[in-house]
Amino acid sequence: MAVIRDVMPAFDLLQPSSAADAQKLLQQHGEEAWVMAGGLDSFDWLKDRIKKPKVLVDLSGIDELKGIRATGDGLEIGAMTTVTEIVNHPEIKAKYSVLSDAAELVASPQIRNQGTLGGNVSQDARCWYYRGGWPCYRAGGNICYADTPVGRNREHAIFGANRCVAVHPSDTAPALIALDAKFVIQTPKGERVVDAEDYFLGPEIDITHLNILEPGDLLTAIRIPSTWAGAKFYFEKVRDRNVWDFPLMNVASAMMLNGGNIDRIRIAVSAVAPKPMRLKAVEDAVRGKPADAATGEMAGQLAVQGAVPLQFNAYKIPLMRNLVKRAIGGVQEATWTS
Amino acid sequence: MDFITWATSPWGQTVPIHIAWYLIWFMAIAGLLFMIVHALYVGIFAAKKTFAKNDSPAVVAAVPERVPRHSLVARAFHWIMAISMFALLITAFLPKVGVKFDWVTYHWIAGLVLTASVLFHIFHASFFLDFWSIWPDKIDLRDAKRRLLRSIGKEAPAPDRFAKYPLENKFYHFVILLSGLAVIFTGVFMMKRVNTLGIFTRNPYLFGDMTWGMMYVLHGLAGVGLIALIMVHVYFGVRPEKLPITKSMIFGYMSRDFYLEEHDPKRWAVEKSSPPKEGYAPSDAD
Repeated sequence: MAVIRDVMPAFDLLQPSSAADAQKLLQQHGEEAWVMAGGLDSFDWLKDRIKKPKVLVDLSGIDELKGIRATGDGLEIGAMTTVTEIVNHPEIKAKYSVLSDAAELVASPQIRNQGTLGGNVSQDARCWYYRGGWPCYRAGGNICYADTPVGRNREHAIFGANRCVAVHPSDTAPALIALDAKFVIQTPKGERVVDAEDYFLGPEIDITHLNILEPGDLLTAIRIPSTWAGAKFYFEKVRDRNVWDFPLMNVASAMMLNGGNIDRIRIAVSAVAPKPMRLKAVEDAVRGKPADAATGEMAGQLAVQGAVPLQFNAYKIPLMRNLVKRAIGGVQEATWTS
Repeated sequence: MDFITWATSPWGQTVPIHIAWYLIWFMAIAGLLFMIVHALYVGIFAAKKTFAKNDSPAVVAAVPERVPRHSLVARAFHWIMAISMFALLITAFLPKVGVKFDWVTYHWIAGLVLTASVLFHIFHASFFLDFWSIWPDKIDLRDAKRRLLRSIGKEAPAPDRFAKYPLENKFYHFVILLSGLAVIFTGVFMMKRVNTLGIFTRNPYLFGDMTWGMMYVLHGLAGVGLIALIMVHVYFGVRPEKLPITKSMIFGYMSRDFYLEEHDPKRWAVEKSSPPKEGYAPSDAD
């Protein structure tokens, strides 16, 4: 059980100064190593004494993992770039504002100053049964405490549940999916670049991890292609406390319009499933249609098809329907319906 | 080294949650070692099999060229069960050793196929086959002792030939029966914990944490046991001296020569005068 202590369990603290060294250390220590970026997720686990790694690899001293660089085709954001830097970066604000909008809604200013983009997309699930140290599926056990007749599952999944019903808590993840970002991973076999949506894993594939990182892997950067630069973006996050909270749900979209009609679109939602969901069916359905309330209404209806609510989260279905509707039709045109 | 993984339940109890996954490798290596040791023993040390034979010419003459051994129904059961068993092992253990895929749905569907096929087999074997032919009898035990004594160079009479199934087959069937029933019994209850597309209504409160934990451990132990058992079964299936038996599980019959060499017509009678219908072995119904 989670017991918050003043002192974390003992571990060897390794502080590499280069990504190559960090990757080698991770490879050397394998499953015994814990990767720490900003530490905001890590310190919860460590101070609660639920995770007890033998080795902690602190990435904060690796300068090459920090900063935002222009590339021939867009931007490359180091995995250790703080969320605040992303919020304030002029080119991101000008051309890829869905990401800065999402980043600005992450947690609180203090957390954004310390938290990193790599950490935000790689953070662990927030299900309190799991965070509480209970032996649930995600913790390697054989039960989901949230998906029981009396389990507290108001924040949990309406899609993609497979034994575990925890949702992915990232705000930046759907924005990165909307931007068709690429995640750069250093592995023992070399560099691997994956699409943003492929970085995340559902419990049907791996119930104890939310992403594809294996022991020895290191997320080094996230590349934003220029494909969607200057698109019409939309990001909205719904949370219980507007000053600081994880999302009950968020939506991110990028649209290229042609004479008022949707020429190209990418749309993703998070906190509805164990991994951020790209809504391909919605993208296909609205392509070529006007970006108005009627299309938004249709998209919203389509988006929630197949949703399976738990005992206490049926509200997420109309919430998702409306968020998708607004992402496509716009806030002014699309009114909320229950 | 603990072979069970334990956890602390929300109520502070120490409960088992599953087997330790190193047992997968342990059993795979055990199966492999058995095969290596057996192959070396047979290839280097084992004496040629000798049986006591005193078949009368009339008995020999009555044996058909193709001796029916497994009916079409029995063969269909065997191969359906084999496919489901392989599907179960692959979906259960590959994810545990790092091959990631969506396995749960395929696993429980294969489990249902196995359950249905085993239930059918129990019914079929009990009422339509010779139920006792797969269980060891006194002659099997007596001959096992004789074979053992002769294998270590002691004086003992030559053993009789086998009945329909050699003693090793019977023991194997017994062990696979126990492990199979264990995974089926526990697996059916475990389906109450996962989404089975409406076939089972989820009820994680059906048992307490300790009972559930023991069920997962039993399922796991029987499961890893099946890794070694299936490896050994496949190994024997492809060994040259066992190929006639394997072929009989495909084509339904074995040759007259093999039958007379390994099987005792007095213990497993085959009538030439009653040729089998297509796909049907009278010996299955005797």
